[in-house]
Amino acid sequence: MKLEDKKRVLREMVLARRFEERCYQAYIERKIGGFLHLYPGQEACCFGVMEAARPGHDYVITGYRDHVHAIKCGSDPKEVMAELYGKETGSSKGRGGSMHIFDVKHRFMGGYALVGGPFPLAAGIGKGIQLKGGDEISICFLGDAANNQGTFHETLNMAALYKLPCLFICENNQYGIGTAIDRSTAVLDQFKRVCGYNIESAQCDGQDLDVVYEHARKAVDYVRSGKGPYFLELMTYRYRGHSMSDSRAYRTREEEELWKQRDPIFIVRDRLIDAKALTMDEFTHMEKDIDDYIENEVVKFAEESPEPNVADLEKYVLAD
Amino acid sequence: MAEMMYWEGIQRAHDEEMARDPLVICMGEDIGVAGGTYKATKGLYEKYGPLRVIDTPISENGFSGLAIGASFIGVRPIVEIMSVNFAWLAMDQMFNSAAKVRYMSGGQLTAPVVFRSPGGTAHQLGAQHSARMEKVFMGIAGLRVVTPSNPKQAYGLLKSAIRSDDPVFINEHELMYNMKGEVPDEEYFHPLEGSEIARAGTDVTLFGYNISVHWCLKAAEILAKQYDISAEVVDLYSLAPLDRAGIKKSVSKTHRAVIAEEDEAPVGVGAEVIAIINEECFFELDAAPVRVHAALVPQPYNHKLEMAAIPDHEDVVNAVLKMFGKA
Ligand SMILES: Cc1ncc(C[n+]2csc(CCOP(=O)(O)OP(=O)(O)O)c2C)c(N)n1
Ligand SMILES: [Mg+2]
Repeated sequence: MKLEDKKRVLREMVLARRFEERCYQAYIERKIGGFLHLYPGQEACCFGVMEAARPGHDYVITGYRDHVHAIKCGSDPKEVMAELYGKETGSSKGRGGSMHIFDVKHRFMGGYALVGGPFPLAAGIGKGIQLKGGDEISICFLGDAANNQGTFHETLNMAALYKLPCLFICENNQYGIGTAIDRSTAVLDQFKRVCGYNIESAQCDGQDLDVVYEHARKAVDYVRSGKGPYFLELMTYRYRGHSMSDSRAYRTREEEELWKQRDPIFIVRDRLIDAKALTMDEFTHMEKDIDDYIENEVVKFAEESPEPNVADLEKYVLAD
Repeated sequence: MAEMMYWEGIQRAHDEEMARDPLVICMGEDIGVAGGTYKATKGLYEKYGPLRVIDTPISENGFSGLAIGASFIGVRPIVEIMSVNFAWLAMDQMFNSAAKVRYMSGGQLTAPVVFRSPGGTAHQLGAQHSARMEKVFMGIAGLRVVTPSNPKQAYGLLKSAIRSDDPVFINEHELMYNMKGEVPDEEYFHPLEGSEIARAGTDVTLFGYNISVHWCLKAAEILAKQYDISAEVVDLYSLAPLDRAGIKKSVSKTHRAVIAEEDEAPVGVGAEVIAIINEECFFELDAAPVRVHAALVPQPYNHKLEMAAIPDHEDVVNAVLKMFGKA
């Protein structure tokens, strides 16, 4: 990745981090309801993959931990925040909420709350691309625990059988809520599980943007060239609890500290500083800038936007 | 008008729509090379090829989800679920993805996918191949449910379902695929909403849908000939939404209602129709509405038990006679 690109991505990653931290605060203030699944710790996964792909052109679908993926596809952070606030100006007009961000004009095909639910939908988007003859690919981001759903196996089989242009990204943060992967899953290396379906796969460090990017480039090229699906497993960690009411009793503070020493944002930052493309001062300014933007534009927009009209309750159920 | 079988009507709708639009595809188990368990996709594989006529693995939830995902970007898939009993496995994708996506995306995405599947008791197929499940589908917001009672409807409802921007579930019946009936020679689109008066009458309304329309028609004939009772038969080809206005209109005319369903009674079509009657025209009633329905048992294998478990036209006749104090 070129230094100037890396610098841009660093900024995007910091925005993603601060956006999520601000959501946390808004949740505590009861401005955001429902479940709220935050992304800090995993940023290099989404950004590394999407830098290798074509945001806004390739289709992206994911689970409920979806704010950052939407923003990286091109969503306006203001609309995402407004959605969390349940406002009419939100991405899904306040009907979806945190777990159901959609932005179809940027080909962000949605966040879905049923674990494993997006697998076959991603394959279907791949099928649509195949029928229409475009050069897009269908990218599905899901967690490690989703691989224990039947949809994982059913979808991989069909994706391989029909040679669909699908890239499956497994963000392996090693937990499904409070259950560690070795307590739920017989095969710990997820990329090995797809061999049974004759699908190309790889595993790599999910904390290091450069590593993710290099692996993702290979994967994206493979899928785009029409060779069929690819499965990429990224080893990562979420810093916060699964959702908001999570005491993290299932893991140790030492383990958390260990992962925080390999923070995806600091890895990029330090590499840019080493390459003399960034100073610590600049970085601090960047953070401040972003915080100001989030406060003065993103949160302000969400706060000041109107709620949906109750008279429109039944709008959007059916088309005709 | 040509006579054609129910399955031929379905096949014709596929063929016409696939010829018109390259993004109309069909998929399901054994529908391609094998031509479909009930012949509904006969000849399509040869004509449109494996990219558009897709033999799927036995992965109901998976291939239903695949169809839904494809429909997000403009494909119009027609999915055959071999038996409605297998649809339980696909309900996650049908309900959680197809039915809800329009709402939870604030109208950005829609899932114009058609699911069609036969339900109902055929010839001693046993508990796991004989269930009816329309009651499950008709309570899901965001899903349309239609159920053809004759070849014309089988053809015209599928045509309209394919063109609809909503997900549509078409409830067919194993015993009806070889039924013959007139189908217009020219292209025909049956409305997805509403109901049809299959026979006009004045003394009592018999509500049926799918196969039970035929019990009602037969019962109406017997009632007219032998008992001088004029029964109106209303065909509820749309189960979601149910035709409130049509139900109200007929009951307001006859003042009596019998609902015939092959399904078990609890939380079913009959229960829903009676609720609508209560809400729309309770004071028009001269007698309490009655349901004719299956026994609440898993469908038995033994033929006598099987017949005892589901109703037929005689049960409809008896229900009417009882209502008129003649039995
Ligand atoms: C079908 C289904 N079962 C259970 C849940 C509850 N649930 C929500 S997230 C989750 C864990 C998923 O973990 P993983 O796939 O690893 O993703 P992560 O949250 O770690 O990103 C569970 C069990 C659900 N939403 N859907
Ligand atoms: Mg996980």
